[in-house]
Amino acid sequence: MAGHSNWPEWIYIGIVVALMTWVGAEAWEVERLIEHVPADAEIIKVTGQQWFWTFEHEDGTKEIGELHVEAGKAYKFEVTATDVIHSFNIHDYVVLIDAIPGRVNTVWFAPDEPGVHDIQCREYCGLIHYNMRGTLYVEEP
Amino acid sequence: MVLELQKPRPIWQIMFSTHHTDVGLLYLIMSLGFLFLGGALALAIRAELFLPGAQIIGDAMTFNRIFTVHGTTLIFLFIIPFASAVGNYFVPIMVRYKDMAYPKLNAIAFWMIPPAGALIWLGFADFTWYATPPYSIISAPGPAADMWIFGLKILGISSVLGAINFVVTILKCKHPDMSIGQVPLLAWSFLSSSLIILVAIPTFAAALLMLLTDRLGVSGFFNPAMGGDPIAYAHLFWFTFHPEVYVLVIPAIGMMYEIIPRFSRRPIYSYGSGVFAFVLLAIVGFSSWAHHMYATGMSFTEKTVFMVGTLAAVPASAMHVFNFIATMWNGRIRFSTPMMWAVGGIALFFSAGAGGVVNSAMPLDFTTHDTYWVVGHFHLFVMGTIAFGSIGYLYYMFPYVTGRMYNEAMGKIHFILSFVGTVLVFFTQHVLGLYGMPRRIFDYPPIPEWIAMNQIASIGAMIIGVSMAIFLANMIYSSGRGEPANTDDPFGVGGKYYYPFEAKNPSH
Ligand code: HEM
Ligand SMILES: [Cu+2]
Ligand SMILES: [Cu+2]
Repeated sequence: MAGHSNWPEWIYIGIVVALMTWVGAEAWEVERLIEHVPADAEIIKVTGQQWFWTFEHEDGTKEIGELHVEAGKAYKFEVTATDVIHSFNIHDYVVLIDAIPGRVNTVWFAPDEPGVHDIQCREYCGLIHYNMRGTLYVEEP
Repeated sequence: MVLELQKPRPIWQIMFSTHHTDVGLLYLIMSLGFLFLGGALALAIRAELFLPGAQIIGDAMTFNRIFTVHGTTLIFLFIIPFASAVGNYFVPIMVRYKDMAYPKLNAIAFWMIPPAGALIWLGFADFTWYATPPYSIISAPGPAADMWIFGLKILGISSVLGAINFVVTILKCKHPDMSIGQVPLLAWSFLSSSLIILVAIPTFAAALLMLLTDRLGVSGFFNPAMGGDPIAYAHLFWFTFHPEVYVLVIPAIGMMYEIIPRFSRRPIYSYGSGVFAFVLLAIVGFSSWAHHMYATGMSFTEKTVFMVGTLAAVPASAMHVFNFIATMWNGRIRFSTPMMWAVGGIALFFSAGAGGVVNSAMPLDFTTHDTYWVVGHFHLFVMGTIAFGSIGYLYYMFPYVTGRMYNEAMGKIHFILSFVGTVLVFFTQHVLGLYGMPRRIFDYPPIPEWIAMNQIASIGAMIIGVSMAIFLANMIYSSGRGEPANTDDPFGVGGKYYYPFEAKNPSH
């Protein structure tokens, strides 16, 4: 330490701090925007249990393992679980929220195009966790 | 520098010894044993995931048990005891004391580990190293789960006893002529990580007891059916285990601080910034635990707080990288085996940290959380940084411990294969995570990208497996038959670059 000046290290630390500040600020801004749920979003109740997903639409219709929605509309998922913790995930739309017994977590998405996507569980929940999968059908309006 | 002399002694004399080099040797051999056991489980996991469909492991439950015991073993029975081995050998010498502060306590802390390891291996629990309730309370099969809980309880106590010993040895037993500012960085790393242990572990110790009473049905702390809250467990767990990741990595960085200057034949660029970064990390490391919990439904404000806390710790890690590079700059570097491992470890440390920043940024974490990305992320630390630093250090201390030289060519082949394998497995797993593959799954649908990535990762794992077989052969052969080492300058870098003190084992 003695005898040499440390300015290169200070510059380096400055760069790292600036970079982290930038990452943090961007993340804050993006997260703030995507957490804002549109007022007209339709509610879908999602329940995870060992080892399948149940969906209940606003009109009371229920689906198991499959979810049908319309392109161009916004949907708000109210996610819970009956037994252990699961995690509701539609990877293609970056939808991810834990399904926790005793709690209701929300997450929303607005599929833009018709298509078929995977639904899966991303939190370890036991024996058939690996196959706690479902399918999302985004249909023409 | 000499740590252990050649005079053969009966094994029981070492086992019942309380001398720091003997306890160090016990830690060393046990931790390496668990490295190979845990590694074998990793190979089984990778073989199973080579293709969709059941391959070599018949059923999901066995698979789940295997990855649980794999993770628990390598973290608690390899990484931590290996660090204790190094600490036992070197910390007393570095503070110029005759032994650890409390030699009997030291031996007790060691002897708690084998029974804990036995509980974990004989039970073979399935609830992941994280033991999340309510699964771990209402669903995980006993007695495996209970044995795991007891095993971890014992390991926690052993860690705390070890940490007390290191703190007292360094602060109270260091030679009076030596100021704390002259204590080598390796010893500083043990001081910092021990202080983290003392603050962090009690929280998890409490959580484990609550988990146990919940399992017995006499309480419902984490059981929603009894009015409890599973997320409370997540907070307690991560309050301990985010800081704990620094407990794992800090001693490995300390080992690199021994290796890098010696083989660069230069003093460390900045001792002061090394000390500062260790202490800073030990403090700021406590402000980030809930970055593991973004997806549990935390509020925007909570997420922001923990993101900022996480990013705030990055400069401290980055300072070490700078220090290493600045030391090697203009150095007369000698790429012996220990140096190769240290430099490779630093490169992987840097890549791992970059991935960590991505996880920390909250919107990005919803892509990476609980996918193979996270598996890749932390393995670049635990394997790429910590195991690399530790193995490099093992090669470094080998001549001092055995009085013989390992085979240099085999050491280098070991490094090259391990490095290639590590890149193949864990960089690929990052990409696999971006494709959405969840972690902890026994089987996966035949999505072409997933199959390709899994195969690359499995091949990488086999390469690491081969390299570890070479390592084992080298260690066993060379400790008995290797060339006698010149313990004044085993690596031919010039005598003045070594640490000057000797251990005095009364049995020699
Ligand atoms: C220093 C050595 C480090 C080690 C040993 C380490 C280890 C780990 C481990 C074991 C996990 C996964 C836990 C689990 O879910 O099972 C993890 C996740 C994570 N790490 Fe690290 N880590 C380290 C450094 C960092 C750094 C420097 C950052 C940030 C800059 C970071 C950010 C994260 C984040 C945000 C997660 C959560 C990812 C998720 O589950 O979505 N880590 N780390
Ligand atoms: Cu699951
Ligand atoms: Cu963490």
